[in-house]
Amino acid sequence: MKFGVVLLPGSNCDHDALHVAKDVLGADAEPLWHKDTDLKGADCVIVPGGFAYGDYLRAGALAKFAPIMEPIRRHADAGGLVLGICNGFQVLTEVGLLPGALMRNQHLRFLGRDVHIRVEETDTPFTSLYERGQVFRVPIAHGEGNYYADDETLDALERNRQVIFSYSDEEGRLTSDANPNGSARNIAGICNRARNVVGLMPHPERCSESLLGGASGLLMFKSIAASLARV
Amino acid sequence: MSSANIDIEITSEVIASHGITPDEYQRIVEILGRAPNYTELGIFSVMWSEHCSYKSSRVHLRNFPTSGPRVVQGPGENAGVIDIGDGYVAAFKMESHNHPSFIEPYQGAATGVGGILRDIFTMGARPIACLDSLRFGELDAPRMKYLVDGVVRGIGGYGNCIGIPTVGGETSFHASYNGNILVNAFALGVTKREKIFKGTASGVGNPVIYVGSKTGRDGIHGATMASAEFDEASEEKRPTVQVGDPFTEKLLLEACLEIMDSDADTDSPVEGIQDMGAAGLTSSSFEMAGRAGTGVRLQLDRVPVRESGMTPYEIMLSESQERMLIVAKRGREDEVVRTFEKWDLNASVIGEVTDDGFVRLFWHGEEVAAIPVDPISTEAPVYDRPMSKPVVGAAALSGTATAEGSGRHKEDVDHSDTLLRLLATPNLSSKHWIFEQYDTTVRTNTIAGPEKRDAAIIRIKETGRALAITSDVNPIYCSLDPYEGGKQAVAEAARNVAVSGARPVAITDCLNFGSPERPEIMWQFAECIRGISDACRALETPVVSGNVSFYNETEGRAIPPTPTVGMVGWMESERDGCGLAFTDADLDVILLGDSRDELGGSEWQQLFAPDAIARPPRVDLGLERSLIELLLSLHASKLLRSAHDVSNGGVAVALAEMSTNGIGCHVDLLGHADALDATALLFGESQARAIVACAASDRDRVLDAANQHGIAALRIGHTAFGTFLIERNGAPLVRTTAQELTRVWRTAFALLLGGDTIDDVLRGVGEEAPEVMAH
Repeated sequence: MKFGVVLLPGSNCDHDALHVAKDVLGADAEPLWHKDTDLKGADCVIVPGGFAYGDYLRAGALAKFAPIMEPIRRHADAGGLVLGICNGFQVLTEVGLLPGALMRNQHLRFLGRDVHIRVEETDTPFTSLYERGQVFRVPIAHGEGNYYADDETLDALERNRQVIFSYSDEEGRLTSDANPNGSARNIAGICNRARNVVGLMPHPERCSESLLGGASGLLMFKSIAASLARV
Repeated sequence: MSSANIDIEITSEVIASHGITPDEYQRIVEILGRAPNYTELGIFSVMWSEHCSYKSSRVHLRNFPTSGPRVVQGPGENAGVIDIGDGYVAAFKMESHNHPSFIEPYQGAATGVGGILRDIFTMGARPIACLDSLRFGELDAPRMKYLVDGVVRGIGGYGNCIGIPTVGGETSFHASYNGNILVNAFALGVTKREKIFKGTASGVGNPVIYVGSKTGRDGIHGATMASAEFDEASEEKRPTVQVGDPFTEKLLLEACLEIMDSDADTDSPVEGIQDMGAAGLTSSSFEMAGRAGTGVRLQLDRVPVRESGMTPYEIMLSESQERMLIVAKRGREDEVVRTFEKWDLNASVIGEVTDDGFVRLFWHGEEVAAIPVDPISTEAPVYDRPMSKPVVGAAALSGTATAEGSGRHKEDVDHSDTLLRLLATPNLSSKHWIFEQYDTTVRTNTIAGPEKRDAAIIRIKETGRALAITSDVNPIYCSLDPYEGGKQAVAEAARNVAVSGARPVAITDCLNFGSPERPEIMWQFAECIRGISDACRALETPVVSGNVSFYNETEGRAIPPTPTVGMVGWMESERDGCGLAFTDADLDVILLGDSRDELGGSEWQQLFAPDAIARPPRVDLGLERSLIELLLSLHASKLLRSAHDVSNGGVAVALAEMSTNGIGCHVDLLGHADALDATALLFGESQARAIVACAASDRDRVLDAANQHGIAALRIGHTAFGTFLIERNGAPLVRTTAQELTRVWRTAFALLLGGDTIDDVLRGVGEEAPEVMAH
C-alpha cells in the first residue's frame, strides 16, 4: 500500500501530506514530480494544497497541463484512488475528474480558520471509518473555495450521494452561518460517480495529530489504508 | 570610462540627487583616486545609504550583547542563528518594509515578507514561521483603512502562496503613525547545525552565479528611498516599490534548499550564497566579497534582464525580487545550473571570485566600474550624531505629570463600561479579521497560532521540541521614556515566551525611528538601545540579528520610537506550556506580581486621558527574571491550566482575554494593592505580572513556588461558566458576562473598520461588516 503525493510547482502542502502518510499513519509514501509520467506504483494519489503555478490565470487552470496528470487520469479511470485537498480539489475539477468549479470566496478574501464539517457518506474508500453524520473540526485556508455547479449537476450530486462533506455548525446543522465561503448547498467535498476520486477544500492532514488540536482528519488516511488493505 | 556611462555627467545636482553629501563625495574621490562615473556614484549612494550602511546607528548598535551559550551566529550575516538542540539550529531575523508599504501597501508588505524569507533560506534554513508587527495610524485617518487592507492582503498574498504560516505578531494603532505606518516582518527557519550557509565569496576562481527572476527596472533606489523622510512628492516614489512574485520565490526556495542539500548529507556545490535584497546586486556582491576578503568580477551583460536597453547602473541598482547570488565551488557550476533549471528558474554564471580586492564590472568586455571592496565599508561614513533630550520626554521623566482623566475614579464604582470600551478599541480588540486572512496552519507545526497563547508555538518535527516566538514593543512607553520603553519591549517579549511555556533564548530587533539628523530622535534611539541592552543582559537573551529603519517621518512629524523586539524561546517538549483562555470552571485564579499606580502610557490613558503625559510603568529586571523562572518552574511541574501575562489594559483586560472561550471568572482583588484606586488597580499596566489558573488542589504548590521565587501571589477567585465579575471586598468593580465581553472583543475590529464607532459596537446595533461576514 503506497501513497504518491504530487509535487506541482507551487504545491506547498506536499510535505504535510507526506508527513501524515509516512510518520503518522506509518504507510509508504513518495513525492511524484510534475514533469514525470510515472506514478511509482502509488495506490492512492494525493494532489496536495498550495498554489500550483501560482494559481495564475485561475486556481488549478495551468496544473491540468502538467505531464503527471495523464497517468493520474488513467489511474482514476482504472478505479485507482485519487484525493485532492484544497488546491488539489481545484486541480481535479479543472482536470475534469470531478464536476463543478471552485470560485473566489463569497466575501472575496482568503480565509484561514477552523470550521466544522459533517460526513455525509461513508461508503467511499476515503470515509469508511467515519460515522455517517459525524461532525468534526478541521482547518480551511483558501481564497477560492466557493463550490459552484449548475442546479442540474448539484441535484445529480445529491441524487448519486456524491456530496461527501458539508460545512455545518457544531451540531451538524447546515446553516448559512456555517458556510465559510458561499459554497453551493454548503458543499465542502465531493466524489466522482465511481467514488474513487474525492476532492475537498478543508485540510484533513492538518488535523491528524492531537498535538495540533484534533486528529479527526487521520480517519480519512486510515480509511484509505483500510480500503487498500482489502484489495 | 565607457559608452554605458557616457550619458550622464557628474554634476553637484546629480550628486545631491543621490543623497550624497559633499563630504561623502570627497571621500569617494579619495577612495577611488579619481572622480566616480555614474554607475560608481550609484553604487556608492546605495552602499552608503542609511538603510545599507547603518552610518548613524552603528556607534550605538555596538552596545548590544550579542553572545551567549546558544548563539551560533550573531549580527552581521543574513540572519542570526541559535542552537535548538539535537544538532539543529534556528535562523531568524526581523526587517522593516515601512516606506514601500506606505506608498503601495500590498506590494510593500508582500515584498517585505519575501525579503525576510530569503534572508532565512539563504542561510540554508527552511522557513517554518512568520510574524508581522504592524503599526497603523487612526482608522479614520486618510488612506488608513486602505493601508490596513492592503498590508494585510499583501502579507497574506505572499505568505499564503509560498506556504509559510503566519502564526502571530501584533497590530496597534496610534495617531502618530498617520503619516508613516510600520510593517516589520519576522521569519524563522530551521536546519542542521552543519548545514548553515553564509554570504561569502571565497575561493579565488570560483564562479559567481546569478539565480532566480530576471532583473527589471523596479525598485531602483529603493534603499535610498527608505533613507529619506516623506513629503508631498512621496506618491511619485511609487515606481521605487518592488513587485513580488511568491510563486517564483517558492521555486527559488526549493531550488536553493535542494542545491544546499538541506536534507541530504552530501557535500554541496555551494560555497556562499546571499539574497539580492535592498540594493540588489550591488550589496550582495560587495558584502560577499567583503566578508571573504576577496574581490569579484562580474559580466553585467550576462545578467538575465526583463527588458532591453538596461544599463549597468540600472542592473546594479535594481531591487527586483526573488533573486540570489551564489558562489559555487569551481567545476561544479553545472550542478547549480541544472538544479535551477529543474525548477524552471534562470541560472547564469556572471563572473568569478578574484584576489585583487575590487568589484570590477564589465559590459560587453569593457570595464565600466572598479571599486575597492574594503574601503566602501571600512571607510564608509560613520556619524556620531548629536543628541538632546526632547521636551515631552523630560516632562514625563520628571514624574510631575500624572494620568488623570475623565474616567478615573478614586472610589470603588462600577467600571464595566470602561472595560467594554477598552475591549472595543482597535488596539485591544481581537485581530481575527487580520489573521484569518493568513494561513496559520500550513506545514502542520502550529501548536498555538494567533491569540491562543502570549507567544506562538511551533513544533520542530525532527526533534519533538518546540519554539515560542513573539514580537513586542510599546511605542507609547518608548515615546514617554525610551530607556524604560526599550527595557519593557524585551521584558514583555520574554514574559510572553515564558508564560507560554518556553525559556527565552535570543532576540532580533527592528528599530523604527524618525530622522537621525534630529538630536532628539538620536537621543531616543540611544536610550532605547541602552534599555534593550540592559534587559537583554539581565534576561540573558542576546541580540543575534536586526535592522534599523530611520526617517519614518512626514513633513517633520516623526513616529514614536518603535524598537520592535522579536524573541525566540525554547521548549524542551512540544507538549509543554498551556493556553491563555480559561479551560474549565472552578479552577483557582491566581494573580502573580505587584501592582502600582501606573496608568501612564496605558491603553486606559490613551482612551480616557489622551493629553496626559505621565511616566510609563517602571521595569524591574530582577523581578522580571524571577517571574520568568517562576513561570517556567510552574510549567515544568505541569501545575498550570491557563496562563497569561498582564500587559496592555491591565488586570481587567487580562482577565477578560482569558474569558473569551465561554468560561469567565469571579474574582475579588482585596489583598492586592489595596491602596490603589479602582482605575489604577483594574487598568494600570505595572510590569512583571501574570495571571494563572490551576486546579484548586494545586493552589498551595503554586503559591509556595511563587513565595520561593520572591514573587507576590494571591488567589483572587475562581473560574466560572459565563460569569465575569471583578470585585474588591465584595463591591463590584466590573460586572458583565463572558458572552458579552467576548461579543464586544470579537466583533469590534471589523465594525470599526466598517466605519462604526465604539458606541455602536457596545450597543451591538451595527451589522458586522459585510465583507467579513460569512454567507
